[in-house]
Amino acid sequence: MNHPALSGPVRFFGTCLADAVFPDAGMAAMRILDHLGCSVVYPLEQGCCGQPAYNSGFPEQARTVAMQQVRAFRGEGPIVVPSGSCAGMLKFHYPRLFADHPQYFEVAAFSERVVEYFDFLVNVLDARFEDKGPPVRVTWHSSCHALRETGSTQAAKALLGKLCNVELVELSREFECCGFGGTFSVKRPEVSAAMARDKVEDIRATGAQVVLTADCGCLMNITGTARKLGYDITGMHLAEFIWGRINEK
Amino acid sequence: MKSDSFDFTAALQKALADPQIGGNFRGALDGLRGKRLALFNDAEELASLRATGKALKARVLSRLPELLTQLEANCEKNGIRVHWAETTEQANRIVLSILRECGADMVVKGKSMVSEEMGLNRFLEQNGVEPVETDLGEFIIQLAVEPPSHITAPALHKNKLQVAEIFHRCVPGAPYTENVEELNAIARTTLREKFRTAKAGLSGVNFAIAETGTLVLVENEGNGRMCTHVPPVHIALMGLEKVVEKLDDLPPLMRLLTGSATGQLLSTYVNAITSPRAEGELDGPREVHLVILDNGRSTMFADPELSGALRCLRCGACLNNCPVYVRVGGHAYGSVYPGPIGAVITPQLEGIDNKGDLAGASSLCGACEEVCPVKIPLAGHLRRIRAEGQAAPGEGCVRGAGAKRSLVERLAWTAWAYTETHPRLREYLLRAAALMGDKLPEVGPLKTWTAARTAPRVAPKSLRQRVREEGIRHE
Ligand code: SF4
Repeated sequence: MNHPALSGPVRFFGTCLADAVFPDAGMAAMRILDHLGCSVVYPLEQGCCGQPAYNSGFPEQARTVAMQQVRAFRGEGPIVVPSGSCAGMLKFHYPRLFADHPQYFEVAAFSERVVEYFDFLVNVLDARFEDKGPPVRVTWHSSCHALRETGSTQAAKALLGKLCNVELVELSREFECCGFGGTFSVKRPEVSAAMARDKVEDIRATGAQVVLTADCGCLMNITGTARKLGYDITGMHLAEFIWGRINEK
Repeated sequence: MKSDSFDFTAALQKALADPQIGGNFRGALDGLRGKRLALFNDAEELASLRATGKALKARVLSRLPELLTQLEANCEKNGIRVHWAETTEQANRIVLSILRECGADMVVKGKSMVSEEMGLNRFLEQNGVEPVETDLGEFIIQLAVEPPSHITAPALHKNKLQVAEIFHRCVPGAPYTENVEELNAIARTTLREKFRTAKAGLSGVNFAIAETGTLVLVENEGNGRMCTHVPPVHIALMGLEKVVEKLDDLPPLMRLLTGSATGQLLSTYVNAITSPRAEGELDGPREVHLVILDNGRSTMFADPELSGALRCLRCGACLNNCPVYVRVGGHAYGSVYPGPIGAVITPQLEGIDNKGDLAGASSLCGACEEVCPVKIPLAGHLRRIRAEGQAAPGEGCVRGAGAKRSLVERLAWTAWAYTETHPRLREYLLRAAALMGDKLPEVGPLKTWTAARTAPRVAPKSLRQRVREEGIRHE
């Protein structure tokens, strides 16, 4: 990713899932930015990035929602997104979605400003944290879009590596999708469930106490599946985990 | 293959319930994936190779009609007879008439996906000609009376024990053996006799070189070469996208093809056929025919976006890396081309009304695009076909556009867009949902979701509320 120059406030795109289901993750992510000396702004008019409609074959509705975000984030400076999937949508798919539309340049200028959260932390802020937590063994799940679109997985893992009491055990199939895929999980439930079950088994095989990720969609899918299967697996957004490690008493 | 009654959901459920499918595919595909990774271990080199592959094939597409004309002229000059077929029906008839002319009541076949697309075997059988598959994988599934389940490895769904059982049951006089050498020997003995007596052989084409009028075939067993060189007549079948400009384009494309398919630097056999047997030559067929099939490809070609799929080399790497394909296998797709590339081209070849559902068989994770040697944006194509399925009357240009149009879904997305553009309404609805706690009615998507997962709990306070209450700057 290209990194927009840092001057003025950092605008935070919370994602619709963090808003509705994982506000702790969103709050932690903003507190970390604040902790690192950034001036964080949360535009209240924001919402979903539009990816569900876009991927389901409803580009028109996706464009309507996309323009809402473009307007909510008017101004300058970076827009940080704590989700590889939403970041990829905002950064790479918005320009495609508007390729033949009069709003193209406005949208492209918006997309230019988008950075995935951990990519921003590592490559723009050069973040370092003091790990005050007890020793813990964790594993890491990469969302497909963090892995293949924003390329931000490395940054997230690098950050994790800097926490001295945290041991990272890698998944044997990190490259494989957890089966969420937004509406895929309800449109092709049989396949999606099979993928989610395999992911949960892979996580169990690591013997880790916590599975971390940078995508609330995957998190909801993985923990929901684990619970349904009766497994006691803790899942957490990496931002929330880090915030906990910095503030451990 | 006829498809009108195809029930994708049922096919998927059946495949997922079959433990053998999961086991056989995962094992075999892990092997192929590993070999590919081992060969392409230099990321930079791979990136430049893929860029070259994409550029070469894109250039072909930019001048496709011209190159096809050039190919035809040069083939004819070399003594290869060229036939054009707009439909699979026409292609079948052309093949049959060539076979009748040379008096063949049996034809030995090398591996050809286009012949599968044509349903050639059934057509020939109905017309009194016996097709004999000679690629080992194809030989196995022909005995088992099954279609291929993979583009490059047709019998991938069979393990050794299943093959042992099939040979014992279907090859006259074959003993039961699980020894791979012995199994190979059974196939070889059976096929040698066919090669020796066949009046005609048939093959696919991996690359047809316009500049020289050369047909290039890549294979690992040598049986393909038996088909193209032993019988007096050779018929080659190709989709019109297989043409490439010049001989010089071959090395990078070949490297991408074999590397992506099986992780091989080069396949064991590379056949370059430029003419029938010439005066004074000792071997080779007396006649070579090339059948060039359209079957919807020119419609794909006319679409600036979807024409990208015509770059496909049929290497199968997108299948090997697809988390859906690996779990359900090729037969679940109910079409000749399974996996990501199948989900992209089948709805185009057979219509969205028939096969549009296939485009839904992807979480759009992008694993296919990541490995595609010619960088086909498979996820983007799948998205486009999904949108074509929902197109309004008069919109959309893929055959059967609008066939998946659902009023309920359209209304739901429109309502969603309305909510998302009215943040206050959105917040109000979220609060209402939070108050319901775990008493949210499990209907629609939530019901489907909770079949395999616990329901997500809407947080008592949304992020937006907390931003306001906990002193985060907002605007
Ligand atoms: S789409 Fe790409 S990866 Fe898939 S078979 Fe074609 S060339 Fe290979």
